[in-house]
Amino acid sequence: MSNAAPHSTPATPVIDYQQVESKPNFVALKKKHRSFVFPVAIGFLAWYFAYVLLADYAHEFMATPVIGNINIGLLLGLGQFVSTFAITTWYVSYANRTLDPIAAEIRGELETIEAAHK
Amino acid sequence: MSAGVVLAAAADPGVGNPVLNISIFGAFVAVTLIVVLRASRNNKTAADYYAAGRSFTGPQNGTAIAGDYLSAASFLGICGAIAINGYDGFLYSIGFLVAWLVALLLVAELMRNTGKFTMADVLSFRLKQGPVRLAAATTTLAVCFFYLLAQMAGAGGLVSLLLGINDRVGQSVVIAVVGILMIIYVLVGGMKGTTWVQIIKAVLLIAGAGIMTVWVLAIHGFNLSTLLGAAAELGGEGVLSPGLQYGLTDLSRLDFISLALALVLGTAGLPHVLMRFYTVPTAKEARRSVVWAIWLIGLFYLFTLVLGYGAGALVGADTIRAAPGGVNSAAPLLAFELGGPVLLSIISAVAFATILAVVAGLTITAAASFSHDVYASVIKKGKPSPGMEVKVARITVVVIGILAIIGGIGVQGQNIAFLVALAFAVAASANLPTIIYSLFWKRFNTRGALWSMYGGLGSAIFLIAFSPVVSGSETAMIQGADFSWFPLNNPGIVSIPLGFILGWLGSISQRTLENPVIAAEMEVRSLTGHGAEKATDH
Repeated sequence: MSNAAPHSTPATPVIDYQQVESKPNFVALKKKHRSFVFPVAIGFLAWYFAYVLLADYAHEFMATPVIGNINIGLLLGLGQFVSTFAITTWYVSYANRTLDPIAAEIRGELETIEAAHK
Repeated sequence: MSAGVVLAAAADPGVGNPVLNISIFGAFVAVTLIVVLRASRNNKTAADYYAAGRSFTGPQNGTAIAGDYLSAASFLGICGAIAINGYDGFLYSIGFLVAWLVALLLVAELMRNTGKFTMADVLSFRLKQGPVRLAAATTTLAVCFFYLLAQMAGAGGLVSLLLGINDRVGQSVVIAVVGILMIIYVLVGGMKGTTWVQIIKAVLLIAGAGIMTVWVLAIHGFNLSTLLGAAAELGGEGVLSPGLQYGLTDLSRLDFISLALALVLGTAGLPHVLMRFYTVPTAKEARRSVVWAIWLIGLFYLFTLVLGYGAGALVGADTIRAAPGGVNSAAPLLAFELGGPVLLSIISAVAFATILAVVAGLTITAAASFSHDVYASVIKKGKPSPGMEVKVARITVVVIGILAIIGGIGVQGQNIAFLVALAFAVAASANLPTIIYSLFWKRFNTRGALWSMYGGLGSAIFLIAFSPVVSGSETAMIQGADFSWFPLNNPGIVSIPLGFILGWLGSISQRTLENPVIAAEMEVRSLTGHGAEKATDH
């Protein structure tokens, strides 16, 4: 099987994936995944493009000194680093605590079904 | 330290000692070759050759991703851009970093759960195998080719600085040597050997940049403001705020938005980055690798900020521009300024190793895509004779290596950060729309995928061909001709939305739905990791 297309692996599928898809735990997993990643993705992209537009069209504002030679532009740029690190940490803890347990539960159920058909 | 002393010291930028440079680089090649040979002993199956038996841990793979991603463009290109254009150079690194959130949140784990070796595995999962694989392989090869050109251009520039070779013939010979070494690494080591080269290189690069960063900060009393002041004194107040490079005209501002779009959306469509997600055993490890990669890459870009301004303050923009290798020589010149010929040799060897490692990573991706997607899946309909797939991959490695050498000789002297930005634009236009749609939109179908991939790729390349990059400007690839009409250097602002629109249009314009059973299977597998490819045991 090693070179076959991925979904051709089981000759006769023993799992009804459409049924799995409508089960409450899968519906919950999908909802929890999307309700996190979509808003966060929109949020960081909006913040990134806001920053890009400022850097592109608001030179005077970005050049405003804050501490010594460090200006608003540099602080906002470093802010992009901080927000990237923060979102990364946030997502990982969310995925570990909320997504992984449900995914593991469904995986367990599916493996039980497959084992029963062997 | 006065500017006069600095200029005097760097007045002879044919710097360093070529013998020392070559021996340090030779040592790197020798060590990595031994590692590659040891790592390659278990390369038997396709999973071993393409995905290193899926046996790397998250932290190892994350370091390798950083190694793959922190190319010569990041190191030499961004340092140089900051040294000369100040703040505008910094904008590159922000786009390159933020882009990783797209990969982390939307792509990495879902790809790992549904794919096997290549991007096309995921894209063709619930669509028509043949045409979609062929399209995905085409875009993969195109992105790899652009990226390879950038790395090869970097190799040429670096060498002119290190060995004092300024003539084209000499540089061409060096590019050929890089290409041949890369072919050997990938032929012998496969993905496992390549991954180890990436890891070693990432550690050396980040450590080297870290040491130089501390050094530069120490000279300025560990005060960022003092460093910025010194850079501004030599380079003008303009270096501290945005606008020096992109703020000149309305057109250049628009060009900058185009670039920013390509940078942030390109990463998650880079085939050589996507392929790295298959070298780990589970989606959780894929997530851990991205987290490691984000921290390492972020840290490195903070270093380049200091190094770029440091080069501006200690070496000076005029000296950098005048040096052989131009903008790309800022980091090596700074190393020379700080630690003399020895540090220059070490940093240059690291930069050279960087190019070698990235080129190896790109080559194995392109080879896997050709042999797995085109040869095994399309030509042989998924049933290649045993061992043939890996054999075809090895032949492809040699072919790509030769093409990269020829192309690299052709693009000498181009700014590498900029060439990489083009590769990102192609990746974001041709790959990302289809990846996002096929992971998140059930209605997406084969026609949408084909329109999006070919449309995104075609429009990006078409616009580049008629942009000032290719003809009609001082730095154009083809001198003495002017057939440009597209005013921007980066096509992203047009081609990326086009890729998304075409994918949507293609899908809704056709009533036939793809097989809903397979679509359901893909969704369940992508989110739960059920049935994902497991690690092979040795």
